[in-house]
Amino acid sequence: MRAYIIRRLLLTIPTVFFVSLIVFITIRSIPGSIIDIMVSNYSAYGPVAHLDKSSIEHELGFDVPMYLQFGRWIGRIIVHGDLGNSLWKGTPVIDDIKARFPVTAELGILALIVTQVIAIPIGVYSALRQDTWGDYIGRTFAIFCIAVPGFWLATLVIVYPSIWWNYTPSITLIPFAQDPIGNLKMFIVPAIVLGMSGAGGNMRITRTMMLEVLRQDYVRTAWAKGLKERIVVMRHCLKNALIPVVTMIGYQIPVIVGGDVIMENIFSLPGLGRLLIDSVTNRDYAIVTALLFLTAIVLVFINLLVDMSYGLLDPRVHYK
Amino acid sequence: MALEKIATKRKHSKLIELAIRMWKEKPLGTIGAVIILILLITAIFAPLLAPYGLNEMLPDALHAPSAKYLLGTDNLGRDILSRIIWGARISVTVGLVATLISTTTSTIMGVLSAYIGGTVDLIMQRFVDAVLCIPSLIILIVIISIIGPGLWQVIICLGVANGIAGTRMIRSLVIGIKENMYMQSAVALGSPTRKILLQHVLPNIMAPIIILFSMSVPSMILSESTLSFLGYGVPPPTPSWGGMLSGSARTYMFKAPWMAFWPGLALSIIVYGINMFGDAVRDLLDPRLRGGVGRYGGQIKRKNALTKKSSAPEQSIK
Repeated sequence: MRAYIIRRLLLTIPTVFFVSLIVFITIRSIPGSIIDIMVSNYSAYGPVAHLDKSSIEHELGFDVPMYLQFGRWIGRIIVHGDLGNSLWKGTPVIDDIKARFPVTAELGILALIVTQVIAIPIGVYSALRQDTWGDYIGRTFAIFCIAVPGFWLATLVIVYPSIWWNYTPSITLIPFAQDPIGNLKMFIVPAIVLGMSGAGGNMRITRTMMLEVLRQDYVRTAWAKGLKERIVVMRHCLKNALIPVVTMIGYQIPVIVGGDVIMENIFSLPGLGRLLIDSVTNRDYAIVTALLFLTAIVLVFINLLVDMSYGLLDPRVHYK
Repeated sequence: MALEKIATKRKHSKLIELAIRMWKEKPLGTIGAVIILILLITAIFAPLLAPYGLNEMLPDALHAPSAKYLLGTDNLGRDILSRIIWGARISVTVGLVATLISTTTSTIMGVLSAYIGGTVDLIMQRFVDAVLCIPSLIILIVIISIIGPGLWQVIICLGVANGIAGTRMIRSLVIGIKENMYMQSAVALGSPTRKILLQHVLPNIMAPIIILFSMSVPSMILSESTLSFLGYGVPPPTPSWGGMLSGSARTYMFKAPWMAFWPGLALSIIVYGINMFGDAVRDLLDPRLRGGVGRYGGQIKRKNALTKKSSAPEQSIK
């Protein structure tokens, strides 16, 4: 197990390298004409002394050769933990990110919980009552979750309650520490919409895995011993069926992060997704670079954790 | 003799046989196929089907759905039904072309990575890891903000980004095929690499490639509409379904909720149809799912039909 962890950690080094290279090259490919637009955009809001073409180029590191830029950028991050300064405000990017991270984290975690709470019970039920009406309804619901685009569902959730019952979600953020109930009320609707988009796939995986496990010999033995259905399902089937579901969670996190951007914009939650869209609109590429890089690095390590948890959950898995 | 009889029984080509099996075994897949057919016809004959012009400004702005304007009009007085019909062209183009690009990218990268193996494989797979770690929506927004929005930019970006991510599946298939005896004998006979790849590897991964293709089309259509919704896709006034839901639809959504309703419904129906069709094609093409104890009951279902019992698995075990 330890050898596996070390090998897996070593393998993340080239992945991190490629991640930073992709982020770097994407931002480096900004053509000069865009920098001109940026300068004129900034000056349209009044004269900003520190923002002319050369200072933007310097901040983005365009004024030295490419390999040097990459080295400098990576070096600054690794040695100083410095992600650069916002082009627009001139303040460190990390401050903005720190301030907005809790909103995104809360929405993401709630959405992941909602996904599992919807997916696992319905998936299990669907498998237990295969080819009955309950199963058909469950499967139709799964397809519904997959087919209905989250941004449309979110729009409907905002429009129709407001027309029918005059209900509008609050626009200003309520901190969790101040009013936990109000805070949850604010987050639960976007979290459900976001969670539903992932639930469809998970539900289908859970169902397929349950069907497979239900036909195993040890489950037959459990039935033959005369155990109750609840015990057979919970103790013998579910534990084994959920292993691939855990892997699915690893694949879902990037999707949730992407969906997060949409939900934060529709429900006007001041999180990182909102920051990303605002920065892209303002062409504040220093913030964009930092966000892309951090998201990817966090996901690299989440994937690492998911891989490792596989070994903990399934004793049959032996790492070489 | 018996074999000859079976052979002569086959009246239709493989494709028609598949269609007949779909009709008989997969009712939901058939519904999906009908939805796809309607979408294609709508896209091809849009100029004939649309009651009004693509960007024709009618005198009645924000008109609720009525007999004259079946789905209502938007804030500029454009007929929503006509725009949805024209928008079908965008979805079809994105769905097909972007998927073609992504499937081709996946196939080429996956086959090369698996077939060459060694260091090349290791480096390519770390690269794919890196791409998988960057949420595709986010990187697409950033890239399109740099290169500028537009239909073809979106198609190419979607195709390449998803193509790289799909490499994994093709790679694992080719690694499985590499172990086969016929591959060893082809190498032993001295076949050139190009011939091995085209004649031995590619035909054997064709079914999964078709499955990958059919599964990618709806996700491409959804991604395009999401990007257009956020303003980084197909720019207005081109009627993309996602774009129709953003901008003025969001400004006027409380006054004219139909503006924010119909394009999304069209999108959902299409994605549902293609998913159903893709599932059915997968079941029909994958021999492991055919008959046996598979996703759709198989033996147990048949056994239960004989004994007239409910099909819950625990009862079939008793």
